[in-house]
Parts: sequence; structure tokens; C-alpha cells
Amino acid sequence: MELRGGVFRPARFNFLVIGLGFVFQTAFLSVRGRALGRCPLTNLFEVFIFVAWSIALFYMLVGPAYRLSLMGAFTAPVVFLLQTFALVAPIDQQHRFKLPPNRWLEFHASFSTLAYGAFALACIAGVMYLVQERQLKTHHLHSLFYHLPPLPDLFGAITRLLWWGFALYTVGLVSGFFTGEPLPWPQVVWAIAVWVLYGLILQGRHWHRLAPRRVAALCIIGFSAALGLLWGITFTAQMHSP
Amino acid sequence: MNLFCVGLSHHRTSVETLEQYAGRSVEDSGLRACGCAEALLLATCNRVEVYAAAETVVPNEKIARCLAPGIERAAPGEAHSFYRFENGECARHLFRVASGLDSMVIGETEILGQAKKAYAAAQKSGTAGRYLHRLFQRAFRVAKQVRTHTDITRGAVSVSSVAVDLAEKIFGNLAGCKVLVLGAGEASERTVSALVAHGVTDLRVANRSTERAEKLIRVAGGRAVAFDDWLDQCRAIDILISSTASDRPLLTREKLAPLLRARVDRPLFIIDIAVPRDVDPAVNELEGVYLYDIDDLRSVAEQSLALRRGQIAAAEEIIDGHVAKFCESIGMGLSDVRDQPEHPPLGEEPLQASR
Repeated sequence: MELRGGVFRPARFNFLVIGLGFVFQTAFLSVRGRALGRCPLTNLFEVFIFVAWSIALFYMLVGPAYRLSLMGAFTAPVVFLLQTFALVAPIDQQHRFKLPPNRWLEFHASFSTLAYGAFALACIAGVMYLVQERQLKTHHLHSLFYHLPPLPDLFGAITRLLWWGFALYTVGLVSGFFTGEPLPWPQVVWAIAVWVLYGLILQGRHWHRLAPRRVAALCIIGFSAALGLLWGITFTAQMHSP
Repeated sequence: MNLFCVGLSHHRTSVETLEQYAGRSVEDSGLRACGCAEALLLATCNRVEVYAAAETVVPNEKIARCLAPGIERAAPGEAHSFYRFENGECARHLFRVASGLDSMVIGETEILGQAKKAYAAAQKSGTAGRYLHRLFQRAFRVAKQVRTHTDITRGAVSVSSVAVDLAEKIFGNLAGCKVLVLGAGEASERTVSALVAHGVTDLRVANRSTERAEKLIRVAGGRAVAFDDWLDQCRAIDILISSTASDRPLLTREKLAPLLRARVDRPLFIIDIAVPRDVDPAVNELEGVYLYDIDDLRSVAEQSLALRRGQIAAAEEIIDGHVAKFCESIGMGLSDVRDQPEHPPLGEEPLQASR
């Protein structure tokens, strides 16, 4: 679909490549959307591409604002892996019948997916934070250390991404109850647990109760939980579909 | 036209000798009298080099005499320790010098500024013509490219600059950082000054004798605080620089841990430059505390030097490409004109390199 280089430099070129990839992703999603006559979030394949698109979107919003160009070197491989998996795995299954348009479902799915993009990027920034913190603590500074942005800059990006993700996720979660679809309880509980987890991270951060390192680690745990939920939802959805 | 460089550098020449040559302010125009059509003098504390373009061979002895009349008699044979690079090799040498590859501390960037100054001076006096102009313009480009495309200038290589680098990693902007200096010895002065130069304004000095504290305050600014209050200060400060003469650790894990509860989300950077150490190494295990003693700082400096050395090959590769392009652009052979008689440089007979 597209080529993404995890090159260190020059940052401008790196950004351009991700931007170009983003244009291709957008084109793909709009073609799909037009063919389906609805938001292209009908199977796991489309969800993966949509999440990858959303990660690239948030990277482009956050990267320049914080001068975290190196984030591209961490972001590009994640997007690449997501899309490669989406392309290789047999998850692009056609639905046997045309799904009836459901505005609430589309609303729910697209907001949730955007939230996933923000959470994914917070997770990536969390990894960058932990890598650097570890090097500072152990006094072993590798070449990568000199390319990473200062800890407070990274932490500022994490906080902002968490707020964005949390707001979008809340909208997605609430709208999920209006879809009129059957709501499997394990998934609902899991989804609320993810919401509570991110809420607690933000509260702990707000009250200065959580050390930045813990917040960074929790971003990784939170995103893993969210990914598990995504897999759970689409898995049961495919079981249910005829 | 023949482009060449004659010079002395820290590699083979003592500082005293370099000073003898660099100490005398030779006008670039003086070099012209030696028979150089274009000439430029690059004199720093680590090197004295003449870059020149000439129609005829200008021997090293003549350049040396021009640089410092009278020295040759005082130290016969000194001219033999001059190195000489011609044409392509001259370009390569300048590119390496400008990129910091030939410096005593690999990757230092001061030399580029000095080269720019020397070039500006030669331009002003009118001794830099189109050959030197092209050579130096390209050298500045090469240096910039080497700096952005390799890690050769990355990392701090002195104790005080390592401390500043780490502080900037931990706090981002140092302007809002509160710094406590515990023990105002001469050892801490350099680190404190470096931090102040990078934006620190809130400086507190705690010392047993107020005289010493005041001396440091005169140099670096800040205010004195009572020595007995230093532990209490640790609640508020971001950076602690410790260099007392105490023979047992002043700051232990047990003392610091309760103070940290009030500052969970604010890191504390401790620089312990005292020998023996003022801070118990176990303090580093506390959440949000980054403790570096003098050995740690030195080892970071060595790590960055090793990192820089590892970048030499990549830098040389960039330089190789530019040497080839430069030679092509001014129409001469790569390394030695003698090897390529079919391309005589601008109608001139190939010249012997007297290296």
C-alpha cells in the first residue's frame, strides 16, 4: 500500500513520507467508504487501516507542535506493522449482505477509532519516555538518547494525547449504547474498564499523585487493554454475523 | 593554478611552537609576497595553517619564513615539521578540519567559527580569490552536512557540559529550575556557571563559611542560604550540586525519601562532584531521582567521545563525495595532479608535492 521508512533523518523528509502515506490511506478509506455507502469500519481489516490512519493523523498533529520529529521513527513502524498485518491476515472478509446503514454505529465506530489513534500515540510517547528515563537512571546513554526530546516535552505530549483520547473515547463509548445492536456484556464491562483506567491515569496526573514514569507505563498498559477490547469486539461481531 | 595548504597542528607540534607562529599576527597580504596568488591564514590555539593558490611552487620554508620571520634561525628544521597538502588532498584536509574531525576533541564546532572568521578576514583584505572562495564555501557546506547527517557533534564531552546536557534532558528548559549548591568549592564553580549560562536564575548557595559562598555568588549570581537548612531546601529545588569536604555521605536514602512524597511528579537531579561522595548511591534508586557522581559524569563524557569516534567513517564518506565534486568543479585531478597528466590544471605544469 505504501512505503514507510523508519529513517532517523532528515526529519522533514520523514514527515513528508508519513504525510504522503496519510494521503494514500485517506484515499483508500474514502474509496472503500464510497463503495460501501458508509463509514469503512465493517470488518477488522478496515478497522486496522482506520486505526493506522488515525495514528498518522495524531502524529502529524502532535509531532510538529512538540518538535517530536523523532516520534516518526517510533510511529512509522507501528503504522507499518498494523497495515502489513491488515493486508496479510485473512481479515478482509466480505459481508454476505449489505449492512443496513446505522448512523449511530458509524458515529460510535469512528469516534472510538480516533480515540485509539490518540491512545496509540500516547503509548508510543510512553515507550519513548521509559526508554529515556531508563538510560538516565542507569547512566548508560546510547546514541538514541541524544535524539529523544527532553522528558517534560514528551510528558506534555502524553498528557495532551491522553485528554484527546479520553474525550473521544467517552463520546464513542456513550454513543455505543445508542446503536441498537446487541451489547455483549463482557465487552461492555471491558470497555468501561478501559475508560475507568484512562480516567484514573488522568486523575492521578491531575492531582500530582502519579510519577511521570508510572503514567508512561500505564499508557502502554492502557493501550494493550484497548487493543484486546478491539479484538474482542470484532471477533464476537464476526461470530454473530451470518 | 595549484591549491595547497601548509601548516602545523596539535597532532605533531607542541603548544609552545604553535604559539610562536600564531602569536605573530601575520597579514594575509604578507603571504602574498611569498608568491601566492591567493592566501588565507587559519590560526587557532591548536593549528596554524596557510591555505593558498599559486602559479608556481611555494616551498614550505618560504611559507614558514613568511609566517614568523626569525623563527627559522631560532629553531632550525622546524619547517620540516610542516605538513603540506595539495589540490584534492588540500580540500580534503580543510573539509576534515572544518567538520571537527582533525580537532583535539573530535566533533567540536568552534573550529568552524574560526574558519569562517579567517575566511572573512581574507575576503576583507582581498587575498581570497575565486579558488579559496570556492574551497571555503564548500568547506562550510560540508561541515554543516556532517553536523546534521552524523552524530559527530552530539553528546557533551566535559563534566560541566554533561551536567548541563542531562539537566536539559530532565527539565527541558532550565530557566525555571531552582538550583542548590551545597559546598561552594572551586570544583562546583564551573558546573554552576555552565548551568547559569543555560538559563538558571534561581541559585541558592549553602556553605559552612559564608566567605566562600559569597565568592561563588559574585561569580555566578544567586543568594546564600543557611547551611543547616540545606536538607529542607531539597523539597523545593530541582537540581542539587554537592561538593563538600565531608568524609561521610550527607544525603542518604532515609533522609531524602520523606521529602520526595511532596514532589511525586517533579524529578530531582543530583550532581555529586565531591570526593569522597556526599550522596549515598542508594539515593538513585528513589523514584524520580537522578544521581550522577563525578565518575558517572566522566563516563558519560567518555561514552559521547566514543560515540563521536564511531561517526568518523560516516563523516569521511560525506567528505569523500565533496572532495570529488570540488575537484570536478575546479577541473583538477583527485589526489595528486601527477597521476593525471591528461588533465593539466588550467595550463599549468603539474607540481611536485614536497611533503
